[in-house]
Amino acid sequence: MRNVWTICRKELGSYFVSPVAYLLLTMFGLIFGFFFWNALAVFVIEGMEMQMRGQTFPMNINEQIIRPLLQNVSVIGLFFIPMITMRLFAEEKRTGTIELLATSPVRDLEIIVGKWLAAVVLYSCLLLFTALNFAFLFKYGNPDWKPLVVGYLGLLLQAGALLAIGTFISTLTKNQIIAGAATFGVCLLLWVLGWVGGYESATWAQVLSYMSVVTHYESFGRGVLDSKDAVYYLTVILLGLFFTARSMESLRWRS
Amino acid sequence: MISVKELTKRYAHTTAVDHISFEVAKGQIVGFLGPNGAGKTTTMRILTCFLPPSAGTAKVAGFDVLEQPLEVKKRIGYLPETPPIYPEMETADYLKFVGKLKGLKGADLQKRVDYVCDRCAVADVRKKLLGKLSKGYRQRVGLAQAIIHNPDVLILDEPTAGLDPKQINDTRDLIKDLAGDHTIILSTHILPEVEQTCEQVIIINRGKLVATDSVSNLQARARGAESVVIEVAGRNGSLEVPMVEHKLQQVVGVSRVLLKQHVDSRALFEVESQKGRLVRGDLARAVVASGWDLNELRPAAMSLEEIFLQLTGNESPASTPAKELPQ
Repeated sequence: MRNVWTICRKELGSYFVSPVAYLLLTMFGLIFGFFFWNALAVFVIEGMEMQMRGQTFPMNINEQIIRPLLQNVSVIGLFFIPMITMRLFAEEKRTGTIELLATSPVRDLEIIVGKWLAAVVLYSCLLLFTALNFAFLFKYGNPDWKPLVVGYLGLLLQAGALLAIGTFISTLTKNQIIAGAATFGVCLLLWVLGWVGGYESATWAQVLSYMSVVTHYESFGRGVLDSKDAVYYLTVILLGLFFTARSMESLRWRS
Repeated sequence: MISVKELTKRYAHTTAVDHISFEVAKGQIVGFLGPNGAGKTTTMRILTCFLPPSAGTAKVAGFDVLEQPLEVKKRIGYLPETPPIYPEMETADYLKFVGKLKGLKGADLQKRVDYVCDRCAVADVRKKLLGKLSKGYRQRVGLAQAIIHNPDVLILDEPTAGLDPKQINDTRDLIKDLAGDHTIILSTHILPEVEQTCEQVIIINRGKLVATDSVSNLQARARGAESVVIEVAGRNGSLEVPMVEHKLQQVVGVSRVLLKQHVDSRALFEVESQKGRLVRGDLARAVVASGWDLNELRPAAMSLEEIFLQLTGNESPASTPAKELPQ
């Protein structure tokens, strides 16, 4: 456990002494800020129109702002995750520092979990930016906080799953660009797979649709903690880390 | 301390290490010698548990590299060919990180970091980014991380490669200095390095063990028969070389006469004698009796360079095609 923490701290240090973390934070902050501003503007205008027409249709901050925004974050995240994971192992393989880690009295799994955890922490920092925006909603309105918490939990689980896949892909090459591009491709694919379920009801389509990471986020976005979806994400995390471990092992046998 | 038996490492198409066996006693400095691509790095990687062997066993301090890798890793300090440093880290932070990985903590960790900074002369760059350091400093930081947990065994892969002559000397002195506390294996393809720093040599070529012995024994063994260098000069400005050669050949016990150099009336020969026969006196008498001057007469010491060439099959180490190991 201590080793996991040591590795995780070192990875976070690498993210934050290089421009990587700040670049990601800035871009994410800007993009999400724009989404937030848009959603808020639409909400305010709609509210005013309702009032002018004298309708009493209930306006709901949770349903009209928080839920779609969380859904957006879950998709924006797909674009940021490759940039977080691509260097994790590829860089160590390129510079040869992997030899230091692999010849230290540390288990492979501790290295892998440490690195993955650092990626999750960095992603959580991105989410903190969204929390700043949501804080304004609590200042000027009174949304329900419980769906928001469940939504965040879902985002973390989803990111954990994709980051595990990214970590695995990063062990396959010593070229960061390749690792990043491949991870991006897989992330994108895991998103659009869900579309099949929309028009096709055959079993294969249902299976494909079930594999989509974004489909499983819908319940979390609504504020519903569905164990089926949580299990899906946890399974992908475990599978991703398991494959990473196997890949590291085969690295030794092949090298 | 280190015991290697019938160690073999096969890659898809090549055999990098082929049934190598050797032992290293506690506290020794052993030179691991061979041309590029001989299998030095592979053997070291197996000893450090970075690569698993295809066959055979390797034990460090009694622990098998396959069965108890964590115990082996605790007892080994390893400096790969390129120092494994993170360019974005500061020296002291890096050493602390490595120390933690190797299981040090708290006050002990701080003490060891201070100690290795001192010992490897990197104290003045503690707060510098590793990416900004010169090659010599990087190498020393690499050594510092290898000894941070005071390991029983130090494995150094070409520790002086790419350094300037002064840095090479400093590094060698440092290594000799460390020998008291650690068992050291260092690999190199530079022969004088072995002569200067090591007590024992393991020579490998194309994955096979060629020789393993102490430096002095190896010199004696490769020499086999005694060999003498002799310089003869004519009295009145001329010298009939074939005549001299013939005379030398006739001395009892001489097995071979080789003309090395011939300038004006002086000629330099290398004379090999049969094993166990001392011919120097007879050679001197023969030369003088024939009316020539005897300018020089000395036993020819064989350098490791020649031993190496002899043992690896008269193939210059420099001309062996450099075969990089697959990463």
